[in-house]
Amino acid sequence: MGSMNLWISLITILILILSALGVAFSTLTFFLMAVLPYAAFTVFIVGFIYRVVQWAKAPVPFRITTTCGQQTSLPWIKNAPLESPSNIWGVIGRMALEVFLFRSLFRNTKVDILQKRPVYGSAKWLWFFSLLFHWSLLIIWLRHLRFFIEPIALWINGLSAVDGFFKIGVPTLYLSDAAILAGLTFLFLRRIVVPQLRYISLVTDYFALLLLLGIVTTGLLMRHFFPADLLQVKNLALGWVTFAPAAPKGVGKVFYIHLCFVFTLLTWFPMSKLMHMGGIFLSPTRNLANDNRMRRHLNPWNAPVKVHTYEEYEDEFRDKMKLAGLPVEKE
Amino acid sequence: MSFAKIPKPDDLIAIQYEPPETPWMETPAVFRPGTWSYSGTAKSLTALGLPNPRSWQPPDEDWKLPENWKEIILEGMRERLEKYRSFKLFMDVCVRCGACADKCHFYIGSGDPRNMPVLRAELLRSVYRRYFTKSGKLFGRLAGARDLTVDVLKEWFYYFYQCTECRRCSAFCPFGIDQAEITMMGRELLNLVGCNINWVTEPAANCFRTGNHLGIQPGGIKDILDFFADDIEDRTGVRVEVPLNKKGAEILFVTPSGDYFADPGTYTCMGYMMLFHEIGLNYTFSTYASEGGNFGLFSSHEMIKRLNAKIYAEAKRLGVKWILGGECGHMWRVIQQYMDTMNGPADFLEEPVSPITGTRFENARSTKMVHIVEFTADLIRNGKLKIDPSRNDAQRVTFHDSCNPARAMGLFEEPRYIINHACNHFYEMAEDTIREKTLCCGGGAGLGNDENLEMRMRGGMPRAMAVKQVKEKHGVNRLACICAIDRATLPPLMDYWVPGVTVSGVHELLANALVMTGEKERTTDLRGEPLEGKAVDETL
Repeated sequence: MGSMNLWISLITILILILSALGVAFSTLTFFLMAVLPYAAFTVFIVGFIYRVVQWAKAPVPFRITTTCGQQTSLPWIKNAPLESPSNIWGVIGRMALEVFLFRSLFRNTKVDILQKRPVYGSAKWLWFFSLLFHWSLLIIWLRHLRFFIEPIALWINGLSAVDGFFKIGVPTLYLSDAAILAGLTFLFLRRIVVPQLRYISLVTDYFALLLLLGIVTTGLLMRHFFPADLLQVKNLALGWVTFAPAAPKGVGKVFYIHLCFVFTLLTWFPMSKLMHMGGIFLSPTRNLANDNRMRRHLNPWNAPVKVHTYEEYEDEFRDKMKLAGLPVEKE
Repeated sequence: MSFAKIPKPDDLIAIQYEPPETPWMETPAVFRPGTWSYSGTAKSLTALGLPNPRSWQPPDEDWKLPENWKEIILEGMRERLEKYRSFKLFMDVCVRCGACADKCHFYIGSGDPRNMPVLRAELLRSVYRRYFTKSGKLFGRLAGARDLTVDVLKEWFYYFYQCTECRRCSAFCPFGIDQAEITMMGRELLNLVGCNINWVTEPAANCFRTGNHLGIQPGGIKDILDFFADDIEDRTGVRVEVPLNKKGAEILFVTPSGDYFADPGTYTCMGYMMLFHEIGLNYTFSTYASEGGNFGLFSSHEMIKRLNAKIYAEAKRLGVKWILGGECGHMWRVIQQYMDTMNGPADFLEEPVSPITGTRFENARSTKMVHIVEFTADLIRNGKLKIDPSRNDAQRVTFHDSCNPARAMGLFEEPRYIINHACNHFYEMAEDTIREKTLCCGGGAGLGNDENLEMRMRGGMPRAMAVKQVKEKHGVNRLACICAIDRATLPPLMDYWVPGVTVSGVHELLANALVMTGEKERTTDLRGEPLEGKAVDETL
């Protein structure tokens, strides 16, 4: 199943490339440049909100925090406010660690059976490359805002300057570009190489990585090998923002593929596992304080159930209780 | 316990982690002897009013499901997706990064890929996608969706009863996806069509009627506790009281019934009684609320509530101020994360204050139930106990963090504090196997039955091997824990993998070391085994 799922996602990516090229050589460019951006963006925003609302609408009947550190109990026992938070500040800290630094993934270990016993080895690579990928993605996305804002905000220029600090090559290679390529390549290769991961991977798991790799690759190609006319690109982006889109000229075929990938990503995002971006904030095992015995948690659908009352119990066992010399309510 | 029918440890440890050739969706579950549990009997299902009571066993071809079983399951899923954000979210956000895969003790011990938490969850997710998501309805297999069939149901049964709801995977998941939550949903769904295991339904039925899992009736409980008092007198020369169903007691004490039924839990129970006597605690046991454990946790949320209701009801009837709870794992998951929400508010009780030290247990101010290791740690800290740790010198102790006190409470330091005061020789196991990364005994969540023995030994292997390591390094011969299921399942696990290591509760160790007012010179521990050094002292 693993390899078939990989092939299917590769073929899907190829179809996307061919469609993009088809558009580039046809009269449909207006469609790609002026209609799809709005459609994709709308689907992304509406879809994203819809999914988050769907989750948020489902109640959290029980406070099921997973505690990964010492609880707050007796005052002389040192608690772990970020691993087992007992108040909102701890929860915010814990969530910040999860969202910005992938705290839980940092715990990762790898088991091998050596000399007839399991050995837990360090396995931080997944954490490292995932973090590399996600942070690069964020930086690249922020850098791209330069196309949508005129004049370019100072902080965007600053970010780009820092990102291109080492001035390798002309134009400068952005560190985030190299990092995202490294991150995605690692995540993709491990899915292919590690048998267990191949076994659990669905078509969509490969597709997500290939699609992102496609976006990054086409972006890099345009920057370093087949330069796109940046002025044209900027005009196009500003055209979208000002609701006056116009098909650019001479941006190059790679740009069409780049755009096609991005629109696919935006459209597919809300119905995909990539929604973990929104979901992580709602996870009840992480975003609730471990203050269960301090504050009562309310379940909105808490309903009465059939219980066995003491009266029923005593009615059945009264004689035996009296025989054992135990007190009873009714003689 | 006989290990005759299962492979020898040397063979069992030869675990193959390479996944099979066939994709998991095309590999039906095989009910191999030693790896599954007997079905719930019609009698226990009827006693609890559960659906579809009948006679059947998992290896049977025909499971005698209701005709509309599929509608029942799908309707059950729909209902739960609306009632539990956890369920809906955990169905949606997994990225299959695989970080959870080798965190599961059943996967480490069996190599069966469907024991990777990610795949165990995919068993449900694939059906969820097929019937509850647009992409699944549209793209089917391409979107990771599949039809719900009898084979799928059997696969659910096999693998949701190979999960002990220990939550180790959830500590490692970047999104906090908790397989225990998914297993609980899976088991609830299976319960809707009458597919459950007897090691869960019979204790639950017993507990509903008699107040405890073992079905011990009031006179029986009285006899057992009196017998413990005799034993205590024999060992210490001190006669302790046996308060039972006593109105006007200050504190209701609730502990798992395993503590008064089977060794070595019984010694822990004797330990509680000795401690309470020594500090002059005005407390009572109850026959009606004679179970802290709650096998509802292993069948459905509704059953948790039905069985748990007795604790607050009895506290109210007896007019106690607050409740103290014994050493138990899943009991404390229920008390910590469910009881107050389900059966509270406990506004008829007072905020717990230790009558001995005056310490206010702020962390239990709403639930009004204190864990005994919190209570005892506070006593020691305030110098209220006279302890002679040398009486435990024969024991070289390590501590097993039980899953639920670890990952549902964060109860790490209190038991260690007690052990460090009660014993001179304490050694921690490897860091990756303790505290929040602790490994399950392999027999929790209703799986600690004899027919499932091979799977228990597999699932418990990682824990056992960590014990073996400290045994070889430090000569550890005693595995301490704060869980009644542990005390039942760890002894055979030790016999199988690490012979020579015995198991005990923390309060057994404490009671061995506890110097009681008016006691005679102790020559044996609570088990009647001679104290180390005593013989030497006599020859001096």
